[in-house]
Amino acid sequence: MRLSMLAKRDFTLYWRNKSDVSNALIFFVVAVSFFPLGVSPEASVLGPISIGLIWIVALLSVQLGLDSLFRDDYEDGSLEQLALSETPLALIVLVRLLVYWCCVGLPLSLFSPLLGLMLSMPAEAYSTLILSITLGTLYLTAVGAVGAALTVSLKRGGMLLSLIVMPLYTPILIFGSSSVSFAADGLDADGLLLVVFGLTVLSVSLAPLAISASLRMSLENG
Amino acid sequence: MSISIHLQELSCSHDDVALFKALDHRFLPRSVYRVAGDNGAGKTTLLRTLAGLFHGTIGSIQWLSQGTDDSSTRLHVSEQRSNLLYIGHKGGIKLGLTPLENLRWLTEYEVADIPLMEALDRVGLFGYEFIPAAKLSAGQKRRVALARLYVSKHPVWLLDEPLTALDKVAVETLTELFQSEAASGRLIILTTHQPLEIDELVTVDLEYASCD
Repeated sequence: MRLSMLAKRDFTLYWRNKSDVSNALIFFVVAVSFFPLGVSPEASVLGPISIGLIWIVALLSVQLGLDSLFRDDYEDGSLEQLALSETPLALIVLVRLLVYWCCVGLPLSLFSPLLGLMLSMPAEAYSTLILSITLGTLYLTAVGAVGAALTVSLKRGGMLLSLIVMPLYTPILIFGSSSVSFAADGLDADGLLLVVFGLTVLSVSLAPLAISASLRMSLENG
Repeated sequence: MSISIHLQELSCSHDDVALFKALDHRFLPRSVYRVAGDNGAGKTTLLRTLAGLFHGTIGSIQWLSQGTDDSSTRLHVSEQRSNLLYIGHKGGIKLGLTPLENLRWLTEYEVADIPLMEALDRVGLFGYEFIPAAKLSAGQKRRVALARLYVSKHPVWLLDEPLTALDKVAVETLTELFQSEAASGRLIILTTHQPLEIDELVTVDLEYASCD
């Protein structure tokens, strides 16, 4: 299987079914913009919590579309065709993860400075915010997809999926948001960003193996 | 290359329910095998087991490839996959793609567009190449999945209920295809409840495992 063509196929499917991915972005923008309305529009109140807030909502937005990451493929039988391909399933999965991240993670990171402005986030932190959200969403996609693959054969796997993957999201949330906080306080955030980068590399390189094993296990059920 | 599949004492169980009795069979090339049995006897499970999608089995499955000098070698899982065309009862058709786009990825982007268009033409989908699969009828979706047969180079075909939702003419065309492809050296194993008019059809009956 030519992986570039497979990526093109996945992009085409997301493009024709935009609600799958635009949901995450809309949720991100709407949920964050509720905070000034619900908490307080004061910069002194919003500013200090803005970083953690954007990070948490970004995390939940990525989580939103993960349930359907492999579900359609499982239900229409294309997953078993992919599993029977000569190309290792882990590579096919990696392509899917990267496509999903391009459609969901990248738009989130591009929109995050806009929302930071709305929440009067300190100006020094913008570049770190974009970088950490870009890397963080990739980690969230890779780790969350393991849960999605484990629950793909369940009719209502959403709840279980959250229970499985939410604890695994904590390290990236801690390091990701504190790197931005460091930058906002004028401290050197490089060390923390490197930890975020390391976590991301680790998850993207190992998760496809776990995902392909989980998908094969799910296929046993039908 | 001609490939045969040997089963020894194969029995399957699904969620701790035993499906069929220990099955000994040699599936040989140049033949069409029809797996028969009542609903729930394990026909689909047997096909998925042969395809390597299901592993809840006891017994052994051997894929053997016969060389020109009558020697036979055992095939590994990756070799089995490259020699196998499996069409399940869910055909793997993405509703968001057109029939042509579906065929492109189902053939792993290794077949050019012109043969694919011809295959679609042969299953009676001329003029439907660029319409989203979501707008096709059940039988037409089935035809898209089956169009792969016309461009397949795989020596083994495993077809789970290929004839469902097809009209009479399509069933006849496919029966002829099975017959001629088997004659040219393929091993075809299928399940169907419809009568098949193929000369060299071998029926493999699945019997229920006794519950003792």
